[in-house]
Amino acid sequence: MVMDQANPFAVSYRREIRAGLRDIAPVVVAAIPISLLFGAVAAAKGLSPLEVTVMSALVFAGGAQFAAIETWIHPAPILTLAFATLLINARHVLMGASLSPKVQMSQVQRFLSFFFLTDEAWALSERRALERPVTTAYWVAMGGVLWANWTFFSALGAVLGSFLGDPERIGADFAFTALFIGLVAGFGRSRVTLITVAVSAGVAALVHHFIGAPWHVASGALAGIAAASLAAPQDAPQDAPREARS
Amino acid sequence: MSLDTTTLLAILAMAVVTYVTRIAGLFVADRLVLTGRAKAAFDAIPPAVLVAVIAPTALTTGWAEAIAAAVTALAAFRLPLLGTVAVGVVSVVVLRSLL
Repeated sequence: MVMDQANPFAVSYRREIRAGLRDIAPVVVAAIPISLLFGAVAAAKGLSPLEVTVMSALVFAGGAQFAAIETWIHPAPILTLAFATLLINARHVLMGASLSPKVQMSQVQRFLSFFFLTDEAWALSERRALERPVTTAYWVAMGGVLWANWTFFSALGAVLGSFLGDPERIGADFAFTALFIGLVAGFGRSRVTLITVAVSAGVAALVHHFIGAPWHVASGALAGIAAASLAAPQDAPQDAPREARS
Repeated sequence: MSLDTTTLLAILAMAVVTYVTRIAGLFVADRLVLTGRAKAAFDAIPPAVLVAVIAPTALTTGWAEAIAAAVTALAAFRLPLLGTVAVGVVSVVVLRSLL
Protein backbone atom coordinates (compact mmCIF):
# COMPACT_ATOMS: atom_id res chain seq x y z
CA MET A 1 0.00 0.00 0.00
CA VAL A 2 2.86 2.37 0.85
CA MET A 3 4.49 1.46 -2.42
CA ASP A 4 1.22 2.03 -4.26
CA GLN A 5 1.11 5.51 -2.83
CA ALA A 6 4.76 6.10 -3.74
CA ASN A 7 4.07 5.51 -7.41
CA PRO A 8 0.41 4.99 -8.10
CA PHE A 9 0.81 5.82 -11.78
CA ALA A 10 3.26 3.01 -12.52
CA VAL A 11 1.09 0.54 -10.63
CA SER A 12 -2.09 1.43 -12.48
CA TYR A 13 -0.13 1.51 -15.76
CA ARG A 14 1.01 -2.08 -15.23
CA ARG A 15 -2.45 -3.08 -14.10
CA GLU A 16 -3.99 -1.60 -17.24
CA ILE A 17 -1.52 -3.45 -19.49
CA ARG A 18 -2.24 -6.69 -17.64
CA ALA A 19 -5.99 -6.14 -18.00
CA GLY A 20 -5.56 -5.49 -21.72
CA LEU A 21 -3.50 -8.63 -22.24
CA ARG A 22 -5.93 -10.71 -20.20
CA ASP A 23 -8.95 -9.45 -22.16
CA ILE A 24 -7.38 -9.86 -25.59
CA ALA A 25 -5.84 -13.31 -24.92
CA PRO A 26 -8.82 -15.40 -26.09
CA VAL A 27 -9.15 -13.20 -29.18
CA VAL A 28 -5.46 -13.69 -29.97
CA VAL A 29 -5.80 -17.48 -29.72
CA ALA A 30 -8.93 -17.49 -31.89
CA ALA A 31 -7.24 -15.20 -34.42
CA ILE A 32 -4.29 -17.55 -35.03
CA PRO A 33 -6.14 -20.02 -37.32
CA ILE A 34 -7.85 -17.08 -39.06
CA SER A 35 -4.47 -15.38 -39.66
CA LEU A 36 -2.92 -18.59 -40.98
CA LEU A 37 -5.96 -19.05 -43.22
CA PHE A 38 -5.64 -15.52 -44.58
CA GLY A 39 -1.95 -15.97 -45.39
CA ALA A 40 -2.58 -19.30 -47.08
CA VAL A 41 -5.47 -17.97 -49.19
CA ALA A 42 -3.50 -14.87 -50.18
CA ALA A 43 -0.52 -16.98 -51.21
CA ALA A 44 -2.84 -19.17 -53.27
CA LYS A 45 -3.98 -15.99 -55.08
CA GLY A 46 -0.37 -15.27 -56.05
CA LEU A 47 0.77 -12.84 -53.38
CA SER A 48 4.30 -13.36 -52.11
CA PRO A 49 4.89 -13.88 -48.38
CA LEU A 50 6.46 -10.40 -48.27
CA GLU A 51 3.37 -8.83 -49.86
CA VAL A 52 1.10 -10.67 -47.42
CA THR A 53 3.22 -9.47 -44.49
CA VAL A 54 3.20 -5.85 -45.69
CA MET A 55 -0.57 -5.95 -46.21
CA SER A 56 -1.32 -7.39 -42.78
CA ALA A 57 1.09 -4.99 -41.06
CA LEU A 58 -0.22 -1.85 -42.78
CA VAL A 59 -3.92 -2.58 -43.34
CA PHE A 60 -4.53 -4.71 -40.21
CA ALA A 61 -8.20 -5.28 -41.01
CA GLY A 62 -9.23 -8.92 -41.44
CA GLY A 63 -12.63 -8.43 -43.06
CA ALA A 64 -11.33 -6.00 -45.68
CA GLN A 65 -8.26 -8.12 -46.37
CA PHE A 66 -10.27 -11.31 -46.85
CA ALA A 67 -12.65 -9.46 -49.19
CA ALA A 68 -9.72 -8.01 -51.15
CA ILE A 69 -8.02 -11.38 -51.51
CA GLU A 70 -11.26 -13.04 -52.55
CA THR A 71 -11.49 -10.72 -55.56
CA TRP A 72 -7.73 -10.32 -56.16
CA ILE A 73 -6.50 -10.22 -59.78
CA HIS A 74 -3.16 -9.28 -61.37
CA PRO A 75 -2.39 -6.46 -61.82
CA ALA A 76 -4.22 -5.31 -58.69
CA PRO A 77 -7.21 -2.99 -59.39
CA ILE A 78 -6.15 -0.23 -56.99
CA LEU A 79 -9.32 1.90 -57.04
CA THR A 80 -11.69 -1.07 -56.82
CA LEU A 81 -9.78 -2.48 -53.85
CA ALA A 82 -9.67 0.91 -52.14
CA PHE A 83 -13.42 1.35 -52.58
CA ALA A 84 -14.29 -2.12 -51.29
CA THR A 85 -12.01 -1.45 -48.32
CA LEU A 86 -13.82 1.81 -47.65
CA LEU A 87 -17.23 0.08 -47.73
CA ILE A 88 -16.19 -2.69 -45.39
CA ASN A 89 -14.32 -0.44 -42.99
CA ALA A 90 -16.82 2.42 -42.94
CA ARG A 91 -18.06 0.87 -39.71
CA HIS A 92 -14.82 2.09 -38.09
CA VAL A 93 -16.17 5.65 -38.27
CA LEU A 94 -19.13 4.75 -36.04
CA MET A 95 -16.97 2.60 -33.80
CA GLY A 96 -14.34 5.32 -33.36
CA ALA A 97 -16.98 7.96 -32.67
CA SER A 98 -18.58 5.71 -30.08
CA LEU A 99 -15.33 4.80 -28.32
CA SER A 100 -13.55 8.16 -28.50
CA PRO A 101 -15.34 9.82 -25.52
CA LYS A 102 -14.64 6.74 -23.40
CA VAL A 103 -10.85 6.69 -23.77
CA GLN A 104 -8.46 8.56 -21.48
CA MET A 105 -5.96 9.81 -24.05
CA SER A 106 -4.38 12.98 -25.38
CA GLN A 107 -5.43 13.96 -28.89
CA VAL A 108 -2.07 12.84 -30.33
CA GLN A 109 -2.30 9.48 -28.56
CA ARG A 110 -5.80 9.09 -29.92
CA PHE A 111 -4.75 9.69 -33.54
CA LEU A 112 -1.77 7.35 -33.31
CA SER A 113 -3.32 4.57 -31.26
CA PHE A 114 -6.58 4.41 -33.21
CA PHE A 115 -4.53 2.66 -35.88
CA PHE A 116 -5.18 -0.32 -33.59
CA LEU A 117 -8.98 -0.02 -33.95
CA THR A 118 -10.36 -3.48 -34.72
CA ASP A 119 -13.75 -5.08 -34.12
CA GLU A 120 -12.37 -7.21 -31.32
CA ALA A 121 -10.31 -4.63 -29.39
CA TRP A 122 -13.11 -2.14 -29.81
CA ALA A 123 -15.83 -4.53 -28.59
CA LEU A 124 -13.75 -5.41 -25.52
CA SER A 125 -13.07 -1.73 -24.84
CA GLU A 126 -16.74 -0.82 -25.16
CA ARG A 127 -17.51 -3.51 -22.61
CA ARG A 128 -14.77 -2.25 -20.27
CA ALA A 129 -16.02 1.32 -20.75
CA LEU A 130 -19.31 0.32 -19.12
CA GLU A 131 -17.35 0.19 -15.85
CA ARG A 132 -14.30 2.44 -16.27
CA PRO A 133 -12.55 4.64 -18.82
CA VAL A 134 -10.28 2.96 -21.37
CA THR A 135 -6.63 3.96 -20.89
CA THR A 136 -3.88 4.22 -23.49
CA ALA A 137 -1.98 1.39 -21.76
CA TYR A 138 -5.00 -0.92 -21.94
CA TRP A 139 -5.79 -0.05 -25.56
CA VAL A 140 -2.23 -0.22 -26.91
CA ALA A 141 -1.47 -3.47 -25.06
CA MET A 142 -4.49 -5.08 -26.72
CA GLY A 143 -3.92 -3.50 -30.13
CA GLY A 144 -0.17 -4.14 -30.22
CA VAL A 145 -0.48 -7.82 -29.37
CA LEU A 146 -3.33 -8.32 -31.81
CA TRP A 147 -1.36 -6.53 -34.55
CA ALA A 148 1.81 -8.56 -34.01
CA ASN A 149 -0.23 -11.76 -33.88
CA TRP A 150 -2.11 -10.99 -37.11
CA THR A 151 1.02 -9.92 -38.99
CA PHE A 152 3.14 -12.85 -37.83
CA PHE A 153 0.62 -15.61 -38.39
CA SER A 154 -0.64 -14.35 -41.75
CA ALA A 155 3.02 -14.26 -42.89
CA LEU A 156 3.48 -17.78 -41.56
CA GLY A 157 0.28 -18.85 -43.33
CA ALA A 158 1.62 -17.46 -46.61
CA VAL A 159 4.90 -19.35 -46.17
CA LEU A 160 3.24 -22.63 -45.16
CA GLY A 161 0.52 -22.18 -47.79
CA SER A 162 -0.78 -25.46 -49.02
CA PHE A 163 0.82 -27.45 -46.18
CA LEU A 164 -2.06 -26.38 -43.94
CA GLY A 165 -4.62 -28.44 -45.84
CA ASP A 166 -8.28 -27.60 -46.20
CA PRO A 167 -9.23 -25.05 -43.52
CA GLU A 168 -12.89 -26.12 -43.67
CA ARG A 169 -12.00 -29.64 -42.60
CA ILE A 170 -10.72 -28.39 -39.23
CA GLY A 171 -13.45 -25.75 -38.87
CA ALA A 172 -10.90 -22.92 -38.83
CA ASP A 173 -13.04 -20.86 -41.20
CA PHE A 174 -15.79 -20.77 -38.56
CA ALA A 175 -13.54 -19.45 -35.75
CA PHE A 176 -14.10 -15.87 -36.92
CA THR A 177 -17.91 -16.29 -36.85
CA ALA A 178 -17.84 -17.95 -33.42
CA LEU A 179 -15.56 -15.21 -32.09
CA PHE A 180 -17.99 -12.51 -33.22
CA ILE A 181 -20.97 -14.34 -31.70
CA GLY A 182 -19.09 -14.42 -28.41
CA LEU A 183 -18.35 -10.70 -28.63
CA VAL A 184 -21.99 -9.86 -29.42
CA ALA A 185 -23.16 -11.88 -26.40
CA GLY A 186 -21.03 -9.54 -24.28
CA PHE A 187 -23.52 -6.77 -24.97
CA GLY A 188 -26.28 -8.57 -23.08
CA ARG A 189 -29.78 -9.59 -24.08
CA SER A 190 -31.99 -6.62 -23.38
CA ARG A 191 -35.05 -6.26 -25.60
CA VAL A 192 -33.45 -3.51 -27.69
CA THR A 193 -30.23 -5.52 -28.15
CA LEU A 194 -32.14 -8.62 -29.27
CA ILE A 195 -34.15 -6.57 -31.78
CA THR A 196 -30.94 -4.96 -33.03
CA VAL A 197 -29.26 -8.33 -33.53
CA ALA A 198 -32.28 -9.90 -35.27
CA VAL A 199 -32.80 -7.01 -37.72
CA SER A 200 -29.10 -6.57 -38.45
CA ALA A 201 -28.65 -10.30 -39.08
CA GLY A 202 -31.73 -10.56 -41.28
CA VAL A 203 -30.98 -7.55 -43.44
CA ALA A 204 -27.28 -8.40 -43.78
CA ALA A 205 -28.08 -11.98 -44.82
CA LEU A 206 -30.68 -10.84 -47.37
CA VAL A 207 -28.48 -8.11 -48.84
CA HIS A 208 -25.54 -10.51 -49.05
CA HIS A 209 -27.73 -13.07 -50.83
CA PHE A 210 -29.45 -10.74 -53.30
CA ILE A 211 -26.87 -7.96 -53.81
CA GLY A 212 -23.59 -9.37 -52.52
CA ALA A 213 -20.53 -8.43 -50.49
CA PRO A 214 -19.48 -5.99 -49.18
CA TRP A 215 -22.84 -4.16 -49.12
CA HIS A 216 -24.28 -6.42 -46.42
CA VAL A 217 -22.07 -4.91 -43.69
CA ALA A 218 -23.18 -1.30 -43.98
CA SER A 219 -26.84 -2.08 -44.77
CA GLY A 220 -27.22 -4.68 -42.02
CA ALA A 221 -25.55 -2.44 -39.43
CA LEU A 222 -27.65 0.59 -40.39
CA ALA A 223 -30.88 -1.44 -40.31
CA GLY A 224 -30.01 -2.78 -36.85
CA ILE A 225 -29.19 0.70 -35.59
CA ALA A 226 -32.45 2.09 -36.98
CA ALA A 227 -34.40 -0.76 -35.37
CA ALA A 228 -32.79 -0.03 -32.00
CA SER A 229 -33.75 3.61 -32.31
CA LEU A 230 -37.37 2.70 -33.11
CA ALA A 231 -37.55 0.05 -30.37
CA ALA A 232 -36.22 2.34 -27.66
CA PRO A 233 -38.61 4.32 -25.46
CA GLN A 234 -38.85 7.86 -26.81
CA ASP A 235 -37.32 9.53 -23.78
CA ALA A 236 -35.18 6.80 -22.34
CA PRO A 237 -33.64 7.67 -18.99
CA GLN A 238 -30.04 8.77 -19.11
CA ASP A 239 -27.37 6.16 -18.69
CA ALA A 240 -26.40 7.19 -15.19
CA PRO A 241 -22.85 5.79 -14.81
CA ARG A 242 -21.74 7.01 -18.19
CA GLU A 243 -23.17 10.47 -17.59
CA ALA A 244 -21.45 10.72 -14.23
CA ARG A 245 -18.09 10.11 -15.81
CA SER A 246 -18.21 12.64 -18.60
CA MET B 1 10.51 -12.60 -51.89
CA SER B 2 8.95 -10.27 -54.41
CA LEU B 3 7.11 -7.02 -54.01
CA ASP B 4 5.14 -6.03 -57.10
CA THR B 5 4.75 -2.25 -57.55
CA THR B 6 1.04 -2.33 -58.39
CA THR B 7 0.37 -4.74 -55.55
CA LEU B 8 2.27 -2.47 -53.16
CA LEU B 9 0.28 0.56 -54.34
CA ALA B 10 -2.98 -1.34 -53.84
CA ILE B 11 -1.90 -2.34 -50.35
CA LEU B 12 -0.94 1.25 -49.53
CA ALA B 13 -4.30 2.51 -50.82
CA MET B 14 -6.11 -0.04 -48.65
CA ALA B 15 -3.95 0.95 -45.66
CA VAL B 16 -4.60 4.69 -46.08
CA VAL B 17 -8.36 4.21 -46.55
CA THR B 18 -8.52 1.95 -43.50
CA TYR B 19 -6.55 4.36 -41.30
CA VAL B 20 -8.79 7.25 -42.37
CA THR B 21 -11.90 5.26 -41.36
CA ARG B 22 -10.24 4.52 -38.01
CA ILE B 23 -9.59 8.17 -37.12
CA ALA B 24 -12.62 9.75 -38.84
CA GLY B 25 -14.81 8.96 -35.84
CA LEU B 26 -12.56 11.13 -33.66
CA PHE B 27 -13.70 14.23 -35.52
CA VAL B 28 -17.40 13.77 -34.78
CA ALA B 29 -17.34 12.14 -31.35
CA ASP B 30 -16.82 15.19 -29.15
CA ARG B 31 -19.80 16.99 -30.66
CA LEU B 32 -22.22 14.20 -29.88
CA VAL B 33 -24.47 14.61 -26.86
CA LEU B 34 -27.04 11.87 -27.08
CA THR B 35 -30.29 11.12 -25.32
CA GLY B 36 -33.33 8.92 -25.92
CA ARG B 37 -33.63 7.32 -29.32
CA ALA B 38 -30.38 8.76 -30.64
CA LYS B 39 -28.54 7.24 -27.69
CA ALA B 40 -30.25 3.89 -28.22
CA ALA B 41 -29.15 4.00 -31.85
CA PHE B 42 -25.58 4.82 -30.89
CA ASP B 43 -25.46 2.10 -28.24
CA ALA B 44 -26.71 -0.39 -30.84
CA ILE B 45 -23.71 0.21 -33.12
CA PRO B 46 -21.47 -2.50 -31.59
CA PRO B 47 -23.82 -5.50 -31.84
CA ALA B 48 -25.34 -4.29 -35.13
CA VAL B 49 -21.95 -4.05 -36.85
CA LEU B 50 -20.58 -7.31 -35.49
CA VAL B 51 -23.72 -9.24 -36.46
CA ALA B 52 -23.85 -7.74 -39.97
CA VAL B 53 -20.29 -8.90 -40.66
CA ILE B 54 -20.96 -12.57 -39.83
CA ALA B 55 -24.64 -12.92 -40.82
CA PRO B 56 -23.99 -14.36 -44.31
CA THR B 57 -21.65 -17.07 -42.96
CA ALA B 58 -23.90 -17.85 -40.01
CA LEU B 59 -27.28 -17.83 -41.73
CA THR B 60 -27.06 -18.50 -45.47
CA THR B 61 -24.07 -20.80 -45.97
CA GLY B 62 -25.84 -24.00 -44.99
CA TRP B 63 -27.56 -25.92 -42.20
CA ALA B 64 -24.30 -26.94 -40.54
CA GLU B 65 -23.19 -23.33 -40.17
CA ALA B 66 -26.65 -22.07 -39.11
CA ILE B 67 -27.06 -24.72 -36.41
CA ALA B 68 -23.46 -24.26 -35.26
CA ALA B 69 -24.11 -20.51 -34.99
CA ALA B 70 -27.17 -21.16 -32.81
CA VAL B 71 -25.20 -23.58 -30.61
CA THR B 72 -22.39 -21.02 -30.36
CA ALA B 73 -24.86 -18.29 -29.36
CA LEU B 74 -26.22 -20.49 -26.55
CA ALA B 75 -22.67 -21.22 -25.38
CA ALA B 76 -21.76 -17.53 -25.56
CA PHE B 77 -23.99 -16.66 -22.59
CA ARG B 78 -22.43 -19.36 -20.41
CA LEU B 79 -18.77 -19.64 -21.42
CA PRO B 80 -15.77 -17.31 -21.66
CA LEU B 81 -14.80 -16.11 -25.14
CA LEU B 82 -12.29 -18.85 -25.90
CA GLY B 83 -14.71 -21.57 -24.81
CA THR B 84 -17.34 -20.05 -27.10
CA VAL B 85 -14.96 -20.18 -30.06
CA ALA B 86 -14.06 -23.79 -29.25
CA VAL B 87 -17.73 -24.79 -29.09
CA GLY B 88 -18.35 -23.06 -32.42
CA VAL B 89 -15.45 -24.70 -34.24
CA VAL B 90 -16.12 -28.18 -32.84
CA SER B 91 -19.85 -28.01 -33.54
CA VAL B 92 -19.36 -26.86 -37.14
CA VAL B 93 -16.91 -29.70 -37.79
CA VAL B 94 -19.29 -32.28 -36.26
CA LEU B 95 -22.34 -30.88 -38.08
CA ARG B 96 -20.53 -30.74 -41.42
CA SER B 97 -19.63 -34.41 -41.11
CA LEU B 98 -23.20 -35.36 -40.14
CA LEU B 99 -25.26 -33.24 -42.53
